[in-house]
Amino acid sequence: MKGYKIIVLAKQVPDTRNVGKDAMKADGTVNRAALPAIFNPEDLNALEQALRIKDSFPGTTITILTMGPGRAAEIIREGMFRGADDGILLTDRAFAGSDTLATSYALGQALKKIKDFDIIIAGRQAIDGDTAQVGPQVAEKLGLPQVTYVEEVKEITGKKIIMKRRLERGVEIVSCPLPLVITVNSSAPDCRARNAKLLMKYKHAKTVTELQNSNEDYMHLYNDRPYLNIQEWTVSDIESNPEELGLSGSPTKVKTVENVVLQAKEAKIITSADNDIDQLMRELIESHTIG
Amino acid sequence: MDSVFVYCEIEDGQVAEVSQELLTKGKTLATELNCNLEAIAIGSQLDGIEKDIFPYGVDVLYVADDARLAPYSTLPHTAIIVKLFHEQKPQIALMGASSIGRDLGPRVSSALHSGLTADCTSLVIGGHEDKKQGKVYENLLYQIRPAFGGNIIATIINPDCRPQMATVREGVMKKEILDPKYKGKVVKLDVSKYVSDTDFVVEIIERHIEKSKVNIKGAPIIVSGGYGMGSKENFKLLYDLAEVLGGEVGASRAAVDAGYVEHERQIGQTGVTVRPKLYIACGISGQIQHRAGMEESAQIIAINTDPEAPINSIADYVINGDVSEIIPKMIKYYKKNTK
Repeated sequence: MKGYKIIVLAKQVPDTRNVGKDAMKADGTVNRAALPAIFNPEDLNALEQALRIKDSFPGTTITILTMGPGRAAEIIREGMFRGADDGILLTDRAFAGSDTLATSYALGQALKKIKDFDIIIAGRQAIDGDTAQVGPQVAEKLGLPQVTYVEEVKEITGKKIIMKRRLERGVEIVSCPLPLVITVNSSAPDCRARNAKLLMKYKHAKTVTELQNSNEDYMHLYNDRPYLNIQEWTVSDIESNPEELGLSGSPTKVKTVENVVLQAKEAKIITSADNDIDQLMRELIESHTIG
Repeated sequence: MDSVFVYCEIEDGQVAEVSQELLTKGKTLATELNCNLEAIAIGSQLDGIEKDIFPYGVDVLYVADDARLAPYSTLPHTAIIVKLFHEQKPQIALMGASSIGRDLGPRVSSALHSGLTADCTSLVIGGHEDKKQGKVYENLLYQIRPAFGGNIIATIINPDCRPQMATVREGVMKKEILDPKYKGKVVKLDVSKYVSDTDFVVEIIERHIEKSKVNIKGAPIIVSGGYGMGSKENFKLLYDLAEVLGGEVGASRAAVDAGYVEHERQIGQTGVTVRPKLYIACGISGQIQHRAGMEESAQIIAINTDPEAPINSIADYVINGDVSEIIPKMIKYYKKNTK
């Protein structure tokens, strides 16, 4: 059994769930530096589904593909600590300002270069945008079928995969021929923890740029152990039409961004004392709000 | 040409709530733009479906009726819409931000290279000046949504690509019949010209769709809990209060993500939008995405230990204190005063 070739699409995102008071600059723009960067949560659910396929089919390989700035290599290492085999960082100024469509185009072109894969798995959506668009758009760019909101890969036989989808008001079991694009929901199982052996094995894994910027005394390691080299692709490594990249490839433009300003209403402040609560309930009953 | 277009979701022969809401919004936009409102229904056994769609002011309804088109599946529905949009060139296309719309919308937008904005909370027509390019645009669709974890509100436009596409959650727009006797035209599509056999590679083996058990959208009183409730067990207090007051239990996304309560009860930008008579927010800090789903409530009570919580700024009553102490008192004094 030769196993399957899986690509996990992942994104490093600012942890918008834990936004501190210094997250916004005085001019109303987002202070990204103040937010910790994390592995997008649903992409971890996606990685776990990939790892389960690898558990069941020895010989399966998992490659993490991410587009982002240089430091996004962190999530590739994180994925390798949990069982991914390698990763590709797609990074270039030319991708800056991409909306979901330009992102999907760039990822699609990178996937066309990878060419040999059976399953592409991504999280349903990233927490910094919540759009859930890149998965289906990548599928369309590659002309592949898509199966969204997957909670569980139930079975793979030969070139056919059976999955359970979690919809708003129910579930569906669907089958689809390989290759395809799958997006995974947060209702799918959490990703397994880092594996201590893999952590030791991959902790020095680096991209070319990271290597150039470090004063490693062990440069020879990277020749002796090729698995420590995280691939870094720039725009020149993929075939692309510059018109479809970055800002110019993005049909959507941000017209304005407003900081959220709260216009305070005159609220009645009440304590938890019995008198106060008693009074409140009487007011609500008298105004026919309740009762 | 240049119409406002709504994709109507069909479930069990019925037009989905969210689609009816979008038809209402679509009519407002079409009237302002002085263009047609058009819609498409894709499914099986759709005879007579126009009776449920024309009253919203729909001028042309395209119907793709074929046994293979129900239940919804991505590829055939995409193929039909993409070809139809190439033929009809609408200026705006709206879909529900539902399991279906969020699967279909991006696929269609990619095929057409048109911009799509997900989960809009407001849609407005307006102009735009691109100073760098020296271009002035009129009558663009402003697609307004919270972004970046709700710390900002972004207005997105698609100046050059058509259609301008947006998805909107159920409950965000209000549904309103324009004229029960409104007469539009039905155009039946020859489905075989729009789909090919390869569009049916994904096979649905089993399907269980339940009618929603929870009706928070229609509830007059909502007792809602956030991450500050601390545990699933503490949520029981909210059910107690909701039961006594005759309301439903809602939740913030943080509470749903923490597993305190099921997703069906989530209120906010990525959940349900509600407008009850009374909204009691317990242990909810009140990020913009949550407020987007409840700020039109007639009365808001915020119960929170944090006097700085953003929710307090839109509340009518702020109770500073511990939910586990306050809710039993609310139940007690409600009972006492209604006797």
